[in-house]
Amino acid sequence: MDNTVKIKRESKNKIRVDFERAPLSERLKAKFLNMFFLKKVIFLIFKLVLLVGVSYVILYPYITKIFGSFMSASDFKDVTVILLSKNPTLDQYKYIITENGYFSAFLNTFLVSLSVALIQTVVCSVIAYGLAKFKFRGNTLVFVLVIFTMMVPQESLRFAMKMFFKLFSTSNPIGSLLTAVGILEKGSGFVNSLVPVYLLAITGLGFKNGLYIFLLRQFFKGVPDELEESAYVDGSSTFRTFFTIIIPLAVPMLITVFIFSFAWQWTDDFYTSIFFEPGYWDKEGALQFMSSITGVPASLKLDVKNLEAYASAITGTATILIALPLIIAYLFVQNYIVEGIERSGIVG
Amino acid sequence: MKANKKSNASKKQEVAKKSNSPASSNKPSFGTKIKGIFTSAGEKCKAVFSSIGAKFSHKEILPSGAVKKKKPFKLSLTDKKALSGWLFVLPFVIGIIFIYAPIVWNSLAVSLSDYTPIPGDMKLEWNNFANYKYLFAEDGDPYFSITIVDGIQDLLLQIPAIVIFALFMAIILNQKMTGRAVFRAIFFLPVILSTGIIDTIDSNSAFMDAINNSQGGVDDNTGGEGNGLISAMDLENLLSGIKIGTELVDYVVNLVNNIFDIVSRSGVQMLIFLSGLQSISPAIYESCEVEGASAWETFWKITLPMISPMILVNAIYTVIDAFTAADNRVMIYIERIYNGAEYGYSSAMSWVYVGVVLMFILLVALIMKTVVFYQRRD
Repeated sequence: MDNTVKIKRESKNKIRVDFERAPLSERLKAKFLNMFFLKKVIFLIFKLVLLVGVSYVILYPYITKIFGSFMSASDFKDVTVILLSKNPTLDQYKYIITENGYFSAFLNTFLVSLSVALIQTVVCSVIAYGLAKFKFRGNTLVFVLVIFTMMVPQESLRFAMKMFFKLFSTSNPIGSLLTAVGILEKGSGFVNSLVPVYLLAITGLGFKNGLYIFLLRQFFKGVPDELEESAYVDGSSTFRTFFTIIIPLAVPMLITVFIFSFAWQWTDDFYTSIFFEPGYWDKEGALQFMSSITGVPASLKLDVKNLEAYASAITGTATILIALPLIIAYLFVQNYIVEGIERSGIVG
Repeated sequence: MKANKKSNASKKQEVAKKSNSPASSNKPSFGTKIKGIFTSAGEKCKAVFSSIGAKFSHKEILPSGAVKKKKPFKLSLTDKKALSGWLFVLPFVIGIIFIYAPIVWNSLAVSLSDYTPIPGDMKLEWNNFANYKYLFAEDGDPYFSITIVDGIQDLLLQIPAIVIFALFMAIILNQKMTGRAVFRAIFFLPVILSTGIIDTIDSNSAFMDAINNSQGGVDDNTGGEGNGLISAMDLENLLSGIKIGTELVDYVVNLVNNIFDIVSRSGVQMLIFLSGLQSISPAIYESCEVEGASAWETFWKITLPMISPMILVNAIYTVIDAFTAADNRVMIYIERIYNGAEYGYSSAMSWVYVGVVLMFILLVALIMKTVVFYQRRD
């Protein structure tokens, strides 16, 4: 090949040269027809198929629910209707929102979830920091207890938990003391109230709090000790160091914990089922929560045929209404979840 | 420290006042019994506080009763740190002592006794392990042992699948590619959505089953025409054609049928694996590339050992999660007994189950410990 370089244009600081290149087809061949590139393409296709497939599996139930939510009763009699409704209506949404008290449930659940999530995030991070950064006798014991609370299924404590708070005045030393002093009436307790949820949150015993403490402890363990030491040398107290130096570092992780806590409290049906009496929601003026709006509204008259499918389509619609605010919030913050966990540097 | 000392001193005074002042003995509302408790408690507190006070006031009470001055007392740095450590974990300790322990104790007590509800209280009568005996006796509950063995078998199959799937997906989601953010968002969606009420609705939704039977995905050929993408039957035929043993075929078919469960249960595990993958130093991978290692070798010799502590964590987390999930058979069985108002019996059952779970976790931890590799950090 001729190696002479043709100068096309020349200015003060720029020079454009033109040299002979192999023809385009040759270059493309060299670029795309080799083992390296082929392997890459095959892997990419494999990966994409896998990812799209699994995403489909994840989204499938929501897709069917969304389609089902627009169906009217007549669609369930028609065998030719599979996903796409022939008489689409918004009745399901309308009656769930108006008759099941969606908006009040939304407001109540939002307030409860927000406050519980805030309390849990703060309390869990404080406990986790104590476990991660201070050597004291009993540290391991406390950590083992945290793991123990994680391992015992909440369901197996359900009855005892219900009785504990229902008979709060007699079931425990604090209750007995308060009764003796006269603050609590004898035989009273927390029924149909949210006090137990908050009590559990304040003491780091709420739903999956063991997991939060574990995650945060791993995160704090990764923070170099020198940071705190230099703060101590400068005369900062442990609490001040924690709140002004450690907490700002841990923000992504705290957001992750907050999101988990919020979402899991939002969809909670365990606490509402044990701390509230079964007939509570039939009364007027009862506090509505997300878990109490899944019933079939009275206005959606059910035909006998395919009743089950229609009823579950309606609960599916309720699910969409419950999940929708979470999904919208999730889209805004989902980056933080990954970022928080990624930065945590969890090591065994 | 000074404030502490002061408050101790003032408390001491208060206690002393309470126990000694005639005012408290004149109060009729307290009753004699409570007064007695208060005085004895006051006596004890006094003793404790005076010893603490002695410690803080730089004095030591000698056996002879003479007070000797010591050099100024100061908590050592380790003591101080230990004290703040206790302060940090205090909420949890209080919760454990005053809420969790009584609940666990109640639950054990209920499981060991006959329960009769009376308004405002409950009556428990010791019944000499009758509930536990009934669980294991020959003529006792015929279903419990079968259920628990079946449940454990199910989970033994599911747990490795979940951990391996999560690892595999985390590695793929960790690679740079277009649309990664979207896929990540979709993959972690079940973490926040597949819980609580939504999970409860999903697990008993007839509508989904109805649609599943006639529509896409993998279906099990029990209902509908089986016009899905792949039917389980086809898969079974395909696999038995390769001759890899019926157990394995059953296993794979079972997994494919439960793919939704596996996917929706592996969200947190994926997150933990992702964080582990991020913590592996890129320098190691670079040197591997320079040395000419293939991706396959890099995975087995670098990624897997480096991520093995996370595999331990995830294995344990998955065991806990799967065992305590509301939709596994043992939990469903316990729930059914609970709803039949046999509270003592269902508590006994769940405690036996918890014991089994703990043993299982210990076993997993012991097995995994032998293969886990910890990177030395200087």
